[in-house]
Parts: sequence; structure tokens; C-alpha cells
Amino acid sequence: MATDLEILKSNLTEALGIHVVSLEQRLGELTLVVKSGDMASVFTRLRDDADLRFEELVDVCGIDYSTYGSETCEDGRYIADVAHAGPRFSSDVTHEAGLASAETRHARFAAVYHLLSITYNMRLRVRVFAEDDAMPILPSVIQIWPSANWFERETFDLFGIIFTGHPDLRRILTDYGFVGSPFRKDFPLSGTVEMRYDAAQQRVIYEPVSIESREITPRSLREEQYGRN
Amino acid sequence: MAEIKNYTMNFGPQHPAAHGVLRLVLELDGEVVQRADPHIGLLHRATEKLAEHKTFLQSVPYMDRLDYVSMMVNEHAYVMAIEKLAGIEVPLRAQYIRVMFDEITRILNHLLWLGASGIDLGAMTLFFYTFREREDLFDAYEAVSGARMHAAYYRPGGVYRDLPDSMPQYRASKIHNEAAIKKMNEDRQGSLLDFLEAFTQRFPAYVDEYETLLTDNRIWKQRTVGIGVVSPERAMAMGFTGPMLRGSGVVWDLRKKQPYEVYDRMDFDIPVGVEGDCYDRYLVRMEEMRQSNRIIRQCIDWLRKNPGPVIAGDSKFVPPKREAMKQNMEELIHHFKLFTEGFHVPAGEVYSAVEHPKGEFGIYLVSDGANKPYRMKIRAPGFAHLAGLDEMARGHMIADVVAIIGTQDIVFGEIDR
Repeated sequence: MATDLEILKSNLTEALGIHVVSLEQRLGELTLVVKSGDMASVFTRLRDDADLRFEELVDVCGIDYSTYGSETCEDGRYIADVAHAGPRFSSDVTHEAGLASAETRHARFAAVYHLLSITYNMRLRVRVFAEDDAMPILPSVIQIWPSANWFERETFDLFGIIFTGHPDLRRILTDYGFVGSPFRKDFPLSGTVEMRYDAAQQRVIYEPVSIESREITPRSLREEQYGRN
Repeated sequence: MAEIKNYTMNFGPQHPAAHGVLRLVLELDGEVVQRADPHIGLLHRATEKLAEHKTFLQSVPYMDRLDYVSMMVNEHAYVMAIEKLAGIEVPLRAQYIRVMFDEITRILNHLLWLGASGIDLGAMTLFFYTFREREDLFDAYEAVSGARMHAAYYRPGGVYRDLPDSMPQYRASKIHNEAAIKKMNEDRQGSLLDFLEAFTQRFPAYVDEYETLLTDNRIWKQRTVGIGVVSPERAMAMGFTGPMLRGSGVVWDLRKKQPYEVYDRMDFDIPVGVEGDCYDRYLVRMEEMRQSNRIIRQCIDWLRKNPGPVIAGDSKFVPPKREAMKQNMEELIHHFKLFTEGFHVPAGEVYSAVEHPKGEFGIYLVSDGANKPYRMKIRAPGFAHLAGLDEMARGHMIADVVAIIGTQDIVFGEIDR
């Protein structure tokens, strides 16, 4: 497997050239980072190149990096860990996760594509950061892999990442008329509205949630090799 | 001349053939489907978001509730992701136990699929037959974990405990007399492995029985042959995996191609279809049950001969033995820390996929070094399959839509997550 990965790595560098922002091998998996502007050409190449042949798009998912590496305090808010550099990425974590590029470093949202080559029995992970945090936009890959259809709808629904060129970008998992992007880190676990049947109005009504959110087990970070000595 | 126009029909969410809570908006021209728009999410519980707020161990039982007809395989993908990220070595015996229970789960899943899609297409008897066998396998689940469905048996590092040496017995009641009970308890005299071996000896004949009912049945063939045909190219483009992909003739099975645990030591075959229609997918699944049976037998043989630990010895991830915890301060502290704060998984990201009965079930886990996942994405096979429903159903009759939903083996626990 390891040697296969090396071959794939060199094939990727050769085929994509300057489009590669970073290409990292860890735990037997390859992660490629590309810019959103290059997506159409890079992904078409990944599917059609005779040495790559990633025929199948296995998964697309969004990630909100806004609280990466931070802890929660007692009231459930996220706080930056003092031991780490900042609320986003500490330098060592950044390096490990392959996010070293300066322009992509502070982007909040990313979409992660998992590709599978059935011909060569290889997997590849591609991460694309959406440049604008307030209005994350990425080009759709539905023309390249039809399976992107629902996966992109889901990412749009849960993270509010907009995929340009998607013919039917509707919410998919949340309720009809749902407001907000539930999987963003600033969206509370309890949600914002609750529903009940109102006997006076004789219909189901929505109200702001009455429960207070609470943290059962606080998030905590430990230095590496904690307790190992 | 009457004016003819398309009309829209709502199928589900309360329809027995919708396999749970599928709301399907069908645009029809007469009885021919022009467009099928599945509305999903009626069972959405935000499992991935919940997992971000729980420690790694606390999310294991959520996995059972994703695809609630193949519980342990879901757990498998999840614990494998943690093991990969944390670098935990799983003992060989635990790997065999996992493979054995994965295959038990595959049979459980395919039996439910067979019974349910049989009912969809009017084959009522089959359902009773398949549920008879499911009962035995649930007993095996119960014997190891205490739960008949939502087992939470796999743990990061191995499995919760070793296989039991005895099986629970039926007791005489008003309904069953002593003689009947004795017969019911016949296979339960030995260990769980004996019980399972007796099952694997019975099971091939049962599969023959199902095949007698269906394989050459004229009505069954009329309902499935040539229905929902998917070419290999389209199957790959639409992200199909598992029997949906193999039914179209693509030789792809993660157990063979990217073997995990001890699948590379197992002797089994991968059935593939030719036509890519519902009938071929039916045949593929039937053969998969026979092959699973073979794998279970090999596991039983090995497990009989090779006792050993069933969970890793890494005390930073695996709770201490109960007796040790009662006697030693060190173990008590470890136990307390593991079940309050939870363990910390090194920063990084990993994708672990297993060959789920329905296709490729994957867990994409991102950790930032905390005691909870930073992000967990569940790659559910059924999600991609249901997305392909529109293409598969176009041009077919309404009744064929039922056959196609059946052949996709839809379960909403995993699709809606």
C-alpha cells in the first residue's frame, strides 16, 4: 500500500503541477488541498487522467474550522487554549493537518471530497477551502460526478456552503422552512426553535427553545503523550 | 379529446413500501414515472452534531441507531476510525470476533431485506421464514452484548467482552410444555460458538428454501427482471457501492480489495451480477448470505482453537478490568478519567470504510486532539443509492418504483442520520 501511495503521489504532482496547494500523506491516506478556483480543472483531471481514474465520488462533507483546537469553558462557550497559538490553528496542528498555505489558513469553511479509484484501488481526500467566511461559495462538481448532487445539497443544508452551478440546491435533511446552518460551530446543539401543538390556536406552533444548553462533558485538550510517562 | 397532463403524486411518508419515512414526490404521465423526487430528513437526528458534543466512547451506541438493521457493522467503521487515528493495535481474537459478527450482521440485514422486499412485491410467506432465522441471530447478539439489536459491543481496541461459554435457556411456560422446551433448547446446551455452528449448518438449507420460493418464481421474475437497470458506468458515477455496484457487474468489495481486520485470511467469493437489474441484485444478495455463512464457519473454527485477549491492553484507551479497578488506585484513576473526561485522540483526520451489507459505510473523523471528535461525517451507502432513485425509476411504472426502493435496501436511520 505504502509504495502504491508513493506512486499515486508522484502521479498527482505530475498531473496537477502548480494546482497542488499541499499534498500530504498520513496514516496511509493522501490529502490534497486545492484552491476553489482550480476545482473544475483539477477534478476533471482526477477523474479522466489515465494514471488517476478516480471514477467514484464517495463522499462530500463540510467542515467549520472556526473552533479548531479550542476548549469549552463551563458555560459551553469555546475559548482558545492558552497553550495553543490562537482560536483557529496552532502552528503545529496547522502543519499536521496540511493547512500550511498562508492564504487558506484562516478560511473558516472547507468542503472535503473523498474520491475512490476503482481501476487502481486507491483513495484520495481533497480539501477545498471557501475563501469568503461570511458567504462561503464553491463551484459544484455535479457535472463531473452526478453523485455530488445530494452530497452538495446536504453540505449546503448543514453548513450553508453555496455550490454554484448546482441545478437544484434545496435543503435536504432539515425540516421544510428551517432557518440557519445547523452544523456550524456557532449553532447550538439544542437548536433555536421548538414546536408544540397549541390547543388555543389548534395548530402546531414554533417558539424559541425553552431549554438551556448545557455541557455534560467539557471539551478539553491535552498535550501530546499526556499521561504516557 | 380529453386534455392529458402530468400529475404529481405523494408516496409516503406513511406507506409500508416506503421502508420507513420516505416521502416520494412522483411526477406521473398516466402510470409512468417522469420524475421521482425523494424528500428525506424526516428521521434526521443530527448524529454527527451530537457526536461533536460527546466523548469518543459515548458515540458508539449512536452507531447502532444509524442503520438499525446492521448495527455492529456501523460500530465497526467508527471504532476502526478511532483505532487508526490513535494507533491502537487490536488483538487477533477480537478481529475474528468482529469479522464473525460483521457477517452475522450481514445475514441479519439481508434476511430483513429479503423479507421486506418480498412483501413489497407480494411474496408474503418469505417474511415469516426470514424472521425465524433472524431470531437465532438476535439471540447471538443478546448472548454477547445483552441487547438484541443495539448492541454497543465493539469498543475502540477490541470488543466489550469475550464470547460466553453458555447460552440462555428457554423455560417451560403455559404455552410450551417440557418436551417442547427441551427441543427448543437443543442447540443451546453448549457455548455461543456451538449455537452458531448449529445455525451455520441449518442455514444453507434455509437459503435453498427461499430460493425455491423466489428464484424461478414467475411473478417474482416478472416484477424484477429488467427493472431498475443500472450500467456499470452509471453505477460508479452515481456513487453506488456494495450489492448495488456488484449487481451491475463491477467487481468491487472492500473485504477483498482493501481488506480490514482478518478478511484477508478468509476464504470466500464475491458474487457479481450481469444485467444490473433488480433480479441480479437479488441473486447477488442471496449468494452473499451463503458466503457470509462460510466466513462465520471459518471464524468459529479459529475462535475455538485460539483463546486470548479480546481488547487491547492500552490503558489510556481501554478501561481496566473490574477486579483490578476495585483493588488498585492506578486502575481506579484510569477508570474514572476514561468515563468522565474520556480519552484524547491525537489530532488528525482519517476515513475508515467497511463493506457494510448495503455498500460502503465510512466514517470521516477529524480530531483536534480533544476528548471529543471535532467533526465526524458518516458516509451512508443508502444516501447515494436513494439519490440515484430518480434515474433508476424514470420511465418505469409506479409499481416498479416499489421494486426499486426494495432493491436499494433503504433504511432511513443511516440516510437521515
